Amino acid sequence: MAQPPDLLEVRDVAKSYGAVRALVSADLTVSPGEIHALLGANGAGKSTLVKILSGALRPDSGTIAVAGREVRFSSPVDARRAGIAPVFQDPALVPHLSVADNFTLTGTDRAAVRPWLDRLELDVDLAERVNALPLALLRMLDLARALAHDPQLLLLDEMTAALPSDYADRVFAVMREWRDRGRSVLFISHRLTEVREICDRATVLRDGRAVDTHRTAEGSEARIVGAMLGERAARVDLPMAERGPAAVPGARPRLEVEELVAGRRLKGVSLSVAPGEVLGVVSLEGQGEDDLFLALAGDLRPKSGRVLVEGTPVRGRHPIQAIRRGITLVPSDRQHAVLPQRSIRENLALPLYSSMRSWGWISDRAERRAVDKAVEELEIDMRAAGQAKQLSGGNQQKLTIGRWLVGGYDVMLCFDPTRGIDVGTKHQIYRLLRQQAAEGRSVLMFTSELREVRIVCDRVVVLHDGRIVAEMPAAEADEERLLHAMHDLGPHDLGPHELGPHDLEPREAS
Amino acid sequence: MTVLDAPRQQGSPLRRIPAAMLALLGVLLALILANGLVDTGFFSLGQLRNTLLIAAPLALFAGAQTLCMLTGGIDLSVTMTATAVAYVVGSRAASGDSAFTAIALGFLVALVIGLVNGLAIGVFGVNPLIMTLGMAAIITGVLTVGSQSFLGGATRMPQIVLDLGRGTFLGPLPWNLLVWAVLGVGLVLLLRRTGLGRLVYAVGDNRRAARLAGVQVWRVETAVYVIAALLAAVAGILVGGRSGAVDLQLTASYLLPSVAAAVIGGTSILGGAGGYGGTVLGALILTVLDTMLTRLAVDESLRQLVAGAILLALAWVYVSSTRRGATRRRSSA
Ligand SMILES: Nc1ncnc2c1ncn2[C@@H]1O[C@H](COP(=O)(O)OP(=O)(O)OP(=O)(O)O)[C@@H](O)[C@H]1O
Ligand SMILES: [Mg+2]
Repeated sequence: MAQPPDLLEVRDVAKSYGAVRALVSADLTVSPGEIHALLGANGAGKSTLVKILSGALRPDSGTIAVAGREVRFSSPVDARRAGIAPVFQDPALVPHLSVADNFTLTGTDRAAVRPWLDRLELDVDLAERVNALPLALLRMLDLARALAHDPQLLLLDEMTAALPSDYADRVFAVMREWRDRGRSVLFISHRLTEVREICDRATVLRDGRAVDTHRTAEGSEARIVGAMLGERAARVDLPMAERGPAAVPGARPRLEVEELVAGRRLKGVSLSVAPGEVLGVVSLEGQGEDDLFLALAGDLRPKSGRVLVEGTPVRGRHPIQAIRRGITLVPSDRQHAVLPQRSIRENLALPLYSSMRSWGWISDRAERRAVDKAVEELEIDMRAAGQAKQLSGGNQQKLTIGRWLVGGYDVMLCFDPTRGIDVGTKHQIYRLLRQQAAEGRSVLMFTSELREVRIVCDRVVVLHDGRIVAEMPAAEADEERLLHAMHDLGPHDLGPHELGPHDLEPREAS
Repeated sequence: MTVLDAPRQQGSPLRRIPAAMLALLGVLLALILANGLVDTGFFSLGQLRNTLLIAAPLALFAGAQTLCMLTGGIDLSVTMTATAVAYVVGSRAASGDSAFTAIALGFLVALVIGLVNGLAIGVFGVNPLIMTLGMAAIITGVLTVGSQSFLGGATRMPQIVLDLGRGTFLGPLPWNLLVWAVLGVGLVLLLRRTGLGRLVYAVGDNRRAARLAGVQVWRVETAVYVIAALLAAVAGILVGGRSGAVDLQLTASYLLPSVAAAVIGGTSILGGAGGYGGTVLGALILTVLDTMLTRLAVDESLRQLVAGAILLALAWVYVSSTRRGATRRRSSA
């Protein structure tokens, strides 16, 4: 059987940033009509390869061939002409411009984007300014823009990392459609289940080298993890067994939320979190989850309702008031947390200096100790420690969590805390959250990766249309049940389940 | 990977001096040598003293500017603040107040100006460019009117101000150099070693992230504009002492160079990156350059042209050295 030439053939590509060798020798072939996964731990060089393939970066050495012909891109326009369009890991939209202006800016034909906006069911006003839109929507706009260029090869760098399941499903549908039309997709993700379900082949990078390529099949997760992490793999026990002691029944809740109404979407939420408890929050996109977290963090002023810590209300219009009461936020978009030009150390130590009392002399030793501890716990890659913007996406994400390990907290509000973090470290973060809970702290965690609920949480609430529509112990929260509740399809036939001590009034079915 | 590599980040202090700084130092040395060739008298003690006399106030103005620029702002009222302070000191002293009282009143005026700037920018969100430009205009207006009434009459600088402004200690070293050195070291330490310094960078780098981490941005900004005004006050006293008399144009020629010195020194006009070390080099480069062009009897317009060209060249160097990140974000499919 005569093989058609590969659509993309990457040979021995290398790229260094100063002393950091991001890619040492990357090899990759993508056939026509294939969804190809590109996998690797944080900092393995995936995004670097995407930037090279999309013409945003030039490789130091190595060759790239498209449909059998060697190419050298000197700009993104070249790559687009060769039929390659990327969706980068971080939103590539200018924040203070409207969506329409952003399309114009990148030479995207608005008429060509339209059908894709419809296809992806995006209900967006193109005149809206980008910084007013939620992250998940921005990712989808990036995708629609890439699709509008009608590429032969679509590069998706952690496209689904910030997406709730309804959006992710639409992305998968489009990817399959792309494949059915004989086109190809290079798909980067840290969610191995997705990879197994949708990808035909997978290439694994480790420390800048391609170490394995294989057809994905049932059970290839273990092989992938092994290739990705090398000797580190032994430390990952995939299904997380251990679980701290469950929240003490009858203990007084640490955080109580009463009929909170805030922002445009949050219509009235009550919940409580006990000391030592990890409460999960799940929802489809746009159900008020952003507003809930921002309101609890003191960034968004509630229209009505109360937030209480240890029984006394939290007041004020600035996050510092919540932080003083022990509530801290890991925001959904890490661009709202990272100081891109500052060092890892300054990023992590930031909360130490927020209050005016600490404006004075810095205690070098104390700072270093706290920072080193967080670096160690989260295995932050210190190779490019001078500026956070030089870190890989996953390592930037770690900064947003590590900051509060340094700053201290009682209740951590984390919004998709493991977004873009590799499997090895992910489990480390799960363990860390459990351990923090075991030490008596509380966590309120939104997750778009539903399987995390059973791994990390004690209990989960489901948000729909600005209200809580369901609540269940994490042990019962399989994905099917959660999805059912997220779509608000009425009471699922669960049989009677035990309600925890802090359960809310179940919502009356109307 | 990971923690094992952490020690590599440390290393000898010399190796940590960024390449850009070394380049600036090179430019400065080259200019000094060129100056020596143009005018062999340049290395004379008297000439050295003159150069430093001019450089010190500029470096102070530029320090104020650096601080504001690091938060993503700018202070275009620094020179008028300095002039106002010189007016107040001069006229209070002339009407019989003690030097101490006169100087204290001068600082009080600067404090008020800094507070108004800072609160307007930090609390009410007025654009820094517009706010401080407006403030400069207001001060000019008040001084124009005031010089015919409440600030009218003779201005006379107290002796201590004259000494600080033009006197020397230890041969060619002017007092104003000492003042600058103390404040300069203070500013470097403030930026590098204090909590406020961290916040200055954080606010300029990512305002939203700073807020979400609990930083009350308005307080940081208010502090920054107050410190800037106080630095300007010192500069005003030094310049006033050097010239001995006060008029509205006293410090006008320092405004553009104060911004230029910071930019040349590598402080980002968008905030979040840079520092005072670079600014000092920038101020020295500008001063030496100006001395040279003056010596060569180049006329004013050509001098500005040359200064502008150098500024653009350096800006280009900075932009192209950071461009990779910028285009990556802006381009995209
Ligand atoms: N501009 C830069 N300057 C210096 N080092 C950089 C720069 N950009 C990336 N790096 C480094 O290159 C390495 C590879 O980064 P890359 O972003 O390709 O990783 P990745 O595989 O995409 O990781 P992640 O899963 O976390 O997104 C990292 O060590 C990173 O710190
Ligand atoms: Mg990446």
